[in-house]
Amino acid sequence: MLSQQITTLIDKELKKYPADQRQSAVMAALRFVQDEKGWIAPADMTDIADYLGMQQMAVYEVATFYHMYNLKPMGRHTLTVCTNLSCQLCGSGDTLAHIHKRLGIGLGEVTPDGKYGLREGECMGACVDAPLLTINNKKMCGRLTSEKIDQILAELDKQ
Amino acid sequence: MINIEIDGKQIQTENGSTVIEAAHQAGIEIPHFCYHKKLSIAANCRMCLVQVEKAPKPLPACATPVTEGMKVFTHSEQAVKAQKGVMEFLLINHPLDCPICDQGGECMLQDISVGYGGGHSRYHEEKRVVLAKDLGPLVSAEEMSRCINCTRCVRFGQEIAGQMELGQAFRSEHAEIMSFVSGSVNSELSGNMIDLCPVGALTSKPFRYKARSWELSRRRSVSAHDSLGSNLAVQTKNNRVLRVLPIENEDINECWLSDKDRFAYEGLNTADRLTKPMIKQDGKWQEVEWQVALEYAANGLRHIANGAGAEQVGALATANSTLEELYLLQKLMRGIGSDNVDFRLRQSDFSSDGKQQGAPWLGMSVSDIGRADRLLIVGSFLRKDHPLLAARIRRAAKSGAQVNIVHSADDDLLMNVAHKAIVAPDALVETLTQVSKALAAEKQGQSTGGDAGAIARSLAGGERVAVLLGNFAQQHPQAAQLQALAQQISALSNGKFGFLVEAANSVGGHLVQATPGAKGLNAAAMLATPRKAYVLLNVEAELDCADPQQAMAAMQAADMVIAMSAYKHHATEYADVLLPVAPFSETSGTFVSAEGRVQSFKGAVKPLGEVRPAWKVLRVLGNLLKVDGFDQDTSEAVRDEAMKGVDVPARLNNAIGGVEARAASAASGLQRVADVPIYATDAVVRRSAPLQATADAAIPQAWMHGDELKKLGVQSGAVVKVSQGQGSVQLFAAADDKLPKGVVRVAAGHAATASLGAMFGTISVERA
Amino acid sequence: MNAPILLNTLHFDQPWTLENYLKVGGYQALRKVLAEKMSSDAIIAEVKASGLRGRGGAGFPTGLKWSFMPRNYQGEKYLVCNSDEGEPGTCKDRDILRYNPHMLIEGMAIAAYTMGVKTGYNYVHGEIFEAYERMEAACEEARKAGYLGKNILGSDFEFDLHNHMGYGAYVCGEETALLESIEGKKGQPRFKPPFPASFGLYGKPTTINNTETFASIPYIIREGGKKFADIGVPNSGGVKLFSISGHVNKPGNFEVPMGTPFRKLLEMAGGVRSGHKLKAVIPGGSSMPVLPGEIMMDLNMDYDSIQRAGSYLGSGAIIVMDETTCMVKALERLSYFYHEESCGQCTPCREGTGWLYRIVHRIEHGEGRPEDLDLLLDLCNNIAGRTICALGDAAAWPVQGMLKHYRNEFEYHIEHKRCLV
Repeated sequence: MLSQQITTLIDKELKKYPADQRQSAVMAALRFVQDEKGWIAPADMTDIADYLGMQQMAVYEVATFYHMYNLKPMGRHTLTVCTNLSCQLCGSGDTLAHIHKRLGIGLGEVTPDGKYGLREGECMGACVDAPLLTINNKKMCGRLTSEKIDQILAELDKQ
Repeated sequence: MINIEIDGKQIQTENGSTVIEAAHQAGIEIPHFCYHKKLSIAANCRMCLVQVEKAPKPLPACATPVTEGMKVFTHSEQAVKAQKGVMEFLLINHPLDCPICDQGGECMLQDISVGYGGGHSRYHEEKRVVLAKDLGPLVSAEEMSRCINCTRCVRFGQEIAGQMELGQAFRSEHAEIMSFVSGSVNSELSGNMIDLCPVGALTSKPFRYKARSWELSRRRSVSAHDSLGSNLAVQTKNNRVLRVLPIENEDINECWLSDKDRFAYEGLNTADRLTKPMIKQDGKWQEVEWQVALEYAANGLRHIANGAGAEQVGALATANSTLEELYLLQKLMRGIGSDNVDFRLRQSDFSSDGKQQGAPWLGMSVSDIGRADRLLIVGSFLRKDHPLLAARIRRAAKSGAQVNIVHSADDDLLMNVAHKAIVAPDALVETLTQVSKALAAEKQGQSTGGDAGAIARSLAGGERVAVLLGNFAQQHPQAAQLQALAQQISALSNGKFGFLVEAANSVGGHLVQATPGAKGLNAAAMLATPRKAYVLLNVEAELDCADPQQAMAAMQAADMVIAMSAYKHHATEYADVLLPVAPFSETSGTFVSAEGRVQSFKGAVKPLGEVRPAWKVLRVLGNLLKVDGFDQDTSEAVRDEAMKGVDVPARLNNAIGGVEARAASAASGLQRVADVPIYATDAVVRRSAPLQATADAAIPQAWMHGDELKKLGVQSGAVVKVSQGQGSVQLFAAADDKLPKGVVRVAAGHAATASLGAMFGTISVERA
Repeated sequence: MNAPILLNTLHFDQPWTLENYLKVGGYQALRKVLAEKMSSDAIIAEVKASGLRGRGGAGFPTGLKWSFMPRNYQGEKYLVCNSDEGEPGTCKDRDILRYNPHMLIEGMAIAAYTMGVKTGYNYVHGEIFEAYERMEAACEEARKAGYLGKNILGSDFEFDLHNHMGYGAYVCGEETALLESIEGKKGQPRFKPPFPASFGLYGKPTTINNTETFASIPYIIREGGKKFADIGVPNSGGVKLFSISGHVNKPGNFEVPMGTPFRKLLEMAGGVRSGHKLKAVIPGGSSMPVLPGEIMMDLNMDYDSIQRAGSYLGSGAIIVMDETTCMVKALERLSYFYHEESCGQCTPCREGTGWLYRIVHRIEHGEGRPEDLDLLLDLCNNIAGRTICALGDAAAWPVQGMLKHYRNEFEYHIEHKRCLV
């Protein structure tokens, strides 16, 4: 079942679209579920399909098409590191190496305590701040250095 | 019209058509995979790229509209380079496993690659592996690495079947065709995805590894499993049916086939086939020679006719018996002096007999239904009873037709339903009366509220209105009144009305008068006032009749039952003679479809063992009983005799008059709503193992509105005792809040409910 | 240097507020349009005169695009802003969204007025959540202040704008994929025709422009199209935001007139990072063919100059690479990107981009074969121009550009199984 909080958010999103186009809110609905649970399970997709009057497979298509959805648990804090060209030129390789050194995880992995997950991102549209990462698809951190990463992790450790 | 030129050929084509349509019209083949004339245009495979004068790059012929003076080159250097380039991409990740692929020999990819593929591959990287999917008992998706992502199967689901069970998940080269969380494909039209798949990704699970396409012989045939009259290609090897495919007929099944028609053949060669005549002596069944069995049967009949009287003999046949069989059966009965013959086994109201002006039929052509702009469908489990008609109506609904429903169940039709009134069976007549009244008021400019009013308004706004009575309406105890009301409603809306017609030869049965005359007994009466002797043609009494309890009681009480059947079924409990007769695949014959189309077919294979076509068996019985006119040499001769002087269009007439309004028998307690599940309709489909493994063939449950469950104090999923008359069965209770209150939906036609009583009427449910 | 036109609120502490936007003449253009009851024709003429071309990368003349929208259509029409900025190197629109959201709103409102549209959507790249939130807040602010909603500025003009967030699909920057995405589907581009102007969002007539394009409108209306055009050079009117990333000292977004010499832009970005020298430049986002540094140093940043040199201005995203850059490795990453971002629809792109990537990957990892380079070029020819959208072309051009100018590096990799740099 979708939580009350999620359905409230979806309802708000639905106001943006024509009444007969509820499907338009599917991307947002998936995002809200991920924000709440950290990932999206098939049961959530079924709930969303029911709520928006969509076919389940259509929800699944959307969830698997857009890369920012976590289709498996990706830790309480999902770090997504852009490795595209501008970031690569500015040292995203070092970013990944440093995170690996600190957390012991590589791309697609989650720390054993379930606290951190690491994903590879594609161009985030903030190339002048390369190299960069996002935290839970919400907060973007740019011009990363080892020190800055340590700071970010220290902040997250406190949460 | 628009003039274009393709490969130097001048072509006139309709404005709005595409290059590929124009080319096909002119007999020019353009290679393609994703394009299919019945599906939306995807333009994704890119195989049909052609050169168009003045276009800077090659264009997909499937998606490019024609324009006046357009010059198209399908084989120019630019076009061929593009086509070959696409073919190379299609093959790099394809496993190229044609030698072990079921599609081999009938594969578009294989065929087109002969023309456009290279002799060797430039691809030296690792090939993609796509994991197998389990899509259920009918469609095999074992080798999804073969998939070229043309999405025909996905579009079929969305556009024709009305449900998106398959989708293309993920993206880039990770894109794959799959179902949601490995669910099975449950559509009753799923087999068409196999035909649509241009490669060997989706294949027929029952046919898997059975034969190569070129080893198969092919016979035209006609569907025996519903009234549409779908055209079939029955494919055989070593005198065994191995596969059934559609034969395209735009007016009937288009290029589709329901799963029922496609996979029923798996029920043809089951272990319980009756292959030798048998008689019961001293309570034991013995295999005997035909001569012995036939004389035994003839003697028995003669004895009873001469003794108790011919009216003590009754004949019952299923409505998917052939025209020839039904004709000879009634001729035989009348020859020995009995007027008791009927094929309307699930009908319960026969008060229209003598009031109906002709043979009940669809009332319009199948294609008319697709063109209707307003429909009222009364008492029909439409999707399951008439899968391809439902698909046609679905398409009409998509293009704006308003579909209105009056019924006692509210199954998802997978289409937009404009208005519906879902009421208990005993309220159907009243509801339809209200619709009729509201429509009359509407014509006077007065609007009526409620569901009936909404339906009436919808109908009043139509130009091509179709009112259709479903199987449930035909089986209803007030069927004649429903018919009269449908007639009224269609007259008020200047539309047409008709019956969706239950079985493959229901219309044919009427045409050859396999129905009782004025002094005869109809199917219900024959069982209600038991006869001393019965002749059964293809009938499984406990599954095919409106009231199995009554039918079985009559059978058991009879002195003599002659069962002509393809199977050793329950008749072994009550019959005296079992005569092995051919199912539709082993005999020639004729079916008359719902729209009155007379279609004859040949046997696809020779009869199994000592099986004989029923028309021949009836002929011999006729001879043995010394009835005149049983000397036909061929089934064609029987047909010609049966149809002599029959002006089919003139005989088809739904008009009815003089129907008395009869109140429904006062219902106390719960009323039964009985569907005949899609894979329980006839003896062959009941024995098709793959069909019986589908979700649609699940054991019937006792469905009720949640409030009814509450009243009973049972949870959904609990076992309940369901009783009618002296019989009861234990079923799982299940909630369906879309059902009207006061009803229990318990399917008929199924062994699990065969000891219950009538399909309509009261039924009791208690905690088990 | 002229005063900025697009990022004209940056000097404020909170450049994104309505209050600050109003201080720099914000919503004056919309006011003018409504007060003078400007005709659609007059507005479109002004936009045409400005020489404004689509800033998303394709460079289609904006005024012309607006004129395609059916005038007398009964029923809903839509206006869509493409803020799905994900072409590697490109991050200019993000600054408009973050720092000057009201300029976008004003630009869209004027466009909506011109084309008789009541509803607009702004599709924001999924990774820049902060910009999305900023836009959501700005729209709310504008609604409250009467710049969006019914009876805008007391007139009978009605327009509302909603933000729709992407969630990680580059291809949604393609306008019809973007529409599919707003409809709640996979972002798979549609075959055209029909074009969005006749069959767009929800099947209704729709005009789609880039963020920067819309943001340029208020100035054009306020100051006149000619003034905007005169800022740039012939055929490349106005100002443009250039994103400079990669091996420079001060990466950032720079608003300069069209036709500004690359040399000058590089200076603004602090020059190539200390101790290194310029090797190569991708001048318009990662899809555009790479150009050697020495060619770039003589080029001006306008549509025609870059095209003459064999590349395109694209989105105006400049990726600077110094001499330490291995072009094989750079191409490997770009090819991986296009391969991952292919929507999976058209055969040549779905199958071909993976093939390209695998070959370049092999070469980078010392497993190249001499015949690979010609094969790469042939595959590019079989992908480009053979697909529904331009992602196929976008995957092919970088390969072609790299092999045109740096074939020797690839050959070296193949022969010596290691890097030349």
